Amino acid sequence: MKKTKSIANLLPRRFREKAIEHFFLFNGLVAVVILLGIFSLLFIEGFPAIKEVGLKEFFLNNRWDPTSPERESYGLLAMIVSTMMVTIGALVIAVPLGIASAAYLADVANPKMREVVKPVIEILAGIPSVVIGFLGIIVVGPLIAKLFRISNGLNAINGSLLLAVMSLPTIISISEDAIISVPQEFKNASLALGANRWQTLIRVTLPSAMSGIIASVMLGMGRAIGETMTVLMACGNAPAMPHSFFDSVRTMTATIAIELGETVQGGLHYHALFVIAFVLFLMTFLVNLVSDMVLQKYQKVNR
Amino acid sequence: MRRTFFTVFMIFCIGIGHVLSQDFIQIKGSDTLINLVQRLSEVYMEQNPNTAIAVTGGGSGVGIAALIADRVQIANASRPMKESEYEAAEENGVHPYELVIGIDGLSVIVNSANSITSLTMDQIGAIFRGEILNWQEIGGSDTPISLYGRQPNSGTFVFFQEHVLGNKDYSQKMKQMNGNAQIVEGVIADKAAIGYVGIGYVYDDNANIREGLTVLSVAAETGAEPVTPLDSENVKSGIYPIARALYQYVNGKPEGAVRDFIAFELGPEGQRIVEEMSFYPVSGQYLENNKEAGF
Repeated sequence: MKKTKSIANLLPRRFREKAIEHFFLFNGLVAVVILLGIFSLLFIEGFPAIKEVGLKEFFLNNRWDPTSPERESYGLLAMIVSTMMVTIGALVIAVPLGIASAAYLADVANPKMREVVKPVIEILAGIPSVVIGFLGIIVVGPLIAKLFRISNGLNAINGSLLLAVMSLPTIISISEDAIISVPQEFKNASLALGANRWQTLIRVTLPSAMSGIIASVMLGMGRAIGETMTVLMACGNAPAMPHSFFDSVRTMTATIAIELGETVQGGLHYHALFVIAFVLFLMTFLVNLVSDMVLQKYQKVNR
Repeated sequence: MRRTFFTVFMIFCIGIGHVLSQDFIQIKGSDTLINLVQRLSEVYMEQNPNTAIAVTGGGSGVGIAALIADRVQIANASRPMKESEYEAAEENGVHPYELVIGIDGLSVIVNSANSITSLTMDQIGAIFRGEILNWQEIGGSDTPISLYGRQPNSGTFVFFQEHVLGNKDYSQKMKQMNGNAQIVEGVIADKAAIGYVGIGYVYDDNANIREGLTVLSVAAETGAEPVTPLDSENVKSGIYPIARALYQYVNGKPEGAVRDFIAFELGPEGQRIVEEMSFYPVSGQYLENNKEAGF
């Protein structure tokens, strides 16, 4: 301990401060560099496929079958729709549930209850996706089949339900933090004006916490869009364009995971998989960008 | 303190030395073959503690790609290597030799609630191409057919496409499952299902057909007698129309530990294990195949 202190003291103070500053700057830049690196890698690896097949094939064809003996097809539409279906389905289930339980935990539940429930929800986040996919096959699938009287439950609903479960911990945990950090004065003011607790929660507390809630939803969406193993196991992976939530779907992530292992490195199929990855990257990027813009706008209005 | 450290270090060195003196064989590929080859390697390692064998799956395509890249010593495959794969291998300086370690009666399975017990090759092809959509069209009840198949990296997927679908595209509505076992589970749970799996997967641990499954008899053409893959004679004699070889590919003529392991697989004990795992032993033309690789 003594030793390190003396080494640090060898350097003049101003120099030390500068060095630390540069160190932090470097750390900040690393994230940017990695992001740009991934972006350019995906683009460079995907570009040969775009050049050979053409953007039209990728975005106007809804058939994906690169190993077809009849006609190789590289249409992304069906899997983009599939990915959006399970993601939006998951959010439709998870957002109301998540915000409601966050509001309950932050505003209604007594502290003892909270101490028990919150850690349990956070443990839920740690369950590996294969395990959840497994549950989808043996529990949720047959349940859906029975409930809707269809022959099997390996479809988009199954995926949506599982992804909802997986994004719930994120949504609840972050929303709850946001709701709990709303100043007590806001609520007191509302109550003093004669509003009851429900009105206070809906009209005052939740709107004040909205930026945190939106952030939690976007993070949950990020988790849902990028999830691979669960949807690969539970959604049936039929490459056809889905017409309803009862159809089997094959998402973008599942397609990459299934097919990358056997492709010849440098072949057309290989590059085409990078095009999928690139499009997926753009989609998540867009989600983050929009949420950022919404957040900033909201914060301005709030002030 | 110093002494303890020294002892630990010595033990560590002995451990390393032991590992280094071992032969290590990496095997990768077909999901159909994985349980079989795992069992074979377990028994082999019991008898030859100096050899360590690691068997992993991923699909025939993945195993062959790994052999081409020279990352494994043996690739398991439930389909023959393609011309393009041979070319890619030669380009990489890998010279694949083909071995057949067993025969599979590729089984077409339906849920046991289904009244259908036999189909012709043409009918099965039409079902998986998506031309026949309802069980009613082939004499069943009025339910839409739900298709269960493998993924493109699977040798079974490719073999079935070539030999049953007439090398045409699969229906885009086919659910692409992650392995033979998942297809079996899917078909057991789904009354309208049809799927295809290696015959080793239709049995439970007590060598009975899994509950909830019907293994269809298959007729080579319309009017021909449908035959079941459950009878070994049908598969060995080749009357069963979708019998196929189970391959292993090695780089160059096998030598040393790899050769020794393959000799074990093809020997009487190995072939007995093949039968124990509900596949069929190598016979007929395939024996010639193995002679070429020096067995």
